[in-house]
Amino acid sequence: MKRILVSIKRVVDYNVRIRVKPDGTGVITDGVKMSINPFDEIALEEALRIKEKGQADEVVAVSIGPADCQQQLRTALAMGADRALHVQTDAVIEPLDAARIFKALADREQAMLAILGKQAIDDDANQTGQMLAALWNRPQATFASKVEITGDKALVIREVDAGLETLEIDLPAVITADLRLNEPRYVKLPDIMKAKKKPLDTLDLAAVGVAPTERLRAVKFDPPAQRSKGVMVKDVQELVEALKRRGLA
Amino acid sequence: MSKILVIAEHDGSKLNPATAKCVACASAIPGADITVLVLAASAGAVAAQAASIAGVKRVVTLESPAFTQALAAVIAPAVVSVAGDYSHVFGPSTTFGKDLMPRIAALLGAPQISDLMAVESATRFKRPIYAGNAIVTVECQADSKVVATVRTASFEAAGAASAAAPIEALQLTAELPTHTRFVSVTAARSDRPDLQTAARVVSGGRALGSADNFKILYSLADKMGAAVGASRAAVDAGYAANEMQVGQTGKIIAPELYMAFGISGAIQHLTGIKDARTIVAVNKDPEAPIFEVADFGLVGDLFQVVPELEKLVGQKA
Repeated sequence: MKRILVSIKRVVDYNVRIRVKPDGTGVITDGVKMSINPFDEIALEEALRIKEKGQADEVVAVSIGPADCQQQLRTALAMGADRALHVQTDAVIEPLDAARIFKALADREQAMLAILGKQAIDDDANQTGQMLAALWNRPQATFASKVEITGDKALVIREVDAGLETLEIDLPAVITADLRLNEPRYVKLPDIMKAKKKPLDTLDLAAVGVAPTERLRAVKFDPPAQRSKGVMVKDVQELVEALKRRGLA
Repeated sequence: MSKILVIAEHDGSKLNPATAKCVACASAIPGADITVLVLAASAGAVAAQAASIAGVKRVVTLESPAFTQALAAVIAPAVVSVAGDYSHVFGPSTTFGKDLMPRIAALLGAPQISDLMAVESATRFKRPIYAGNAIVTVECQADSKVVATVRTASFEAAGAASAAAPIEALQLTAELPTHTRFVSVTAARSDRPDLQTAARVVSGGRALGSADNFKILYSLADKMGAAVGASRAAVDAGYAANEMQVGQTGKIIAPELYMAFGISGAIQHLTGIKDARTIVAVNKDPEAPIFEVADFGLVGDLFQVVPELEKLVGQKA
């Protein structure tokens, strides 16, 4: 069975305006809309396309976190994942522990591929995929904008600072999805109904053999320094004069 | 004392300016003892450049033909083989560092601080989260190693040293994997300044309307000696190449001057430019959020404004 593991992180929705709590203990998440991390949605779409091309047999969606994560896993099932694994915990899971959990699941599921979003839009860490690849001792192709599977290899085009880099990697491997890898499909109503019948297994941390460790303590949260609003100029002439006064034109 | 290992980013012959910014960040740690590690097929030229950065105590090199390209899976075990004595391992928050550093951290069993933007102490640092909408102060344990990617836009590059630091070639003992192979890289050859380090940046959004229309920005950029950037919307639409994207998931830059044409100013874009010294926004929508952060705003049609600007810049007042 050729299996692809996909990360599904529950995060504050892309469109929510983030505010820091006045007491500096975190950001306000009560009552805000939660969604699948957009990069994970792209990761899932890619896994589904690989399966639809007949290059994989099963797509397994994985989420780590509190009970509410099951909402996002149900959405992943509605998109087309075959089954879901929920590693349930209320603990803060740092990327290294998330990677250890994925490593345990990759071994258990004998995965041929793990596709993760390149970063989550809450902590913006951009670490878990690379850490999983390290612990798994397998290749990593991060920031992917194109994936082509041929037999037990993959050609991956990566978005790097210089342009586009192509790597050939042996499978099993870890791929992290960048923005332009694909456009995720919309979920249709009948698929939501069908998703309710798909298997969603809940595991605890003991079942994957990971005890979370606090390596980094968040001491406080601050709002970012604000730029002060500048001036509006009436025409190009005035703009150029203003720039010249600053030695910029 | 903090022993800090900085991983050099380079193209085989030239040290990337991001490395001097990592050194500047490392120097902010009290009692910093900084070593730069150069991994290359042939390390000499790059090592010499690293040795002349102020604050660098020594440069160590590891050479292998396998380091001709910077493949994270190949480099990481080599870094780990020399990282034993160090308390901190730093790399730049470029695609090179973002790819490599977490792999090193996992092999070391150490936490990583991504996009380190300020040093409070040897164990306490600030970093942005939620696309820069919040800044978190994190504390790591004094007795454990910590890995970080340094947000280069937050640091001025360290200057030149008065005397070059010693360079030592180390023996490569780590076994390097062969499961990851470089095939090719396609980069638009450009005579323009590099977007990441340019003092001036001219940038376009979806309002440009086509790749062809972007030419007016290139023309203005050339007159001003500027690099050219783009919003995500413009890159997604195919008007500009991916390496031109500025923002949360593209490049985070801090030029002297950033000029945004037809960019509305989504929060994900603003997070990539808010360290710019001066921001100019030109947009036909007076309500565009970009005007909230611009030092100078002009409501107008960019197709009229850009050619007019090109005529007026560089003229004596």
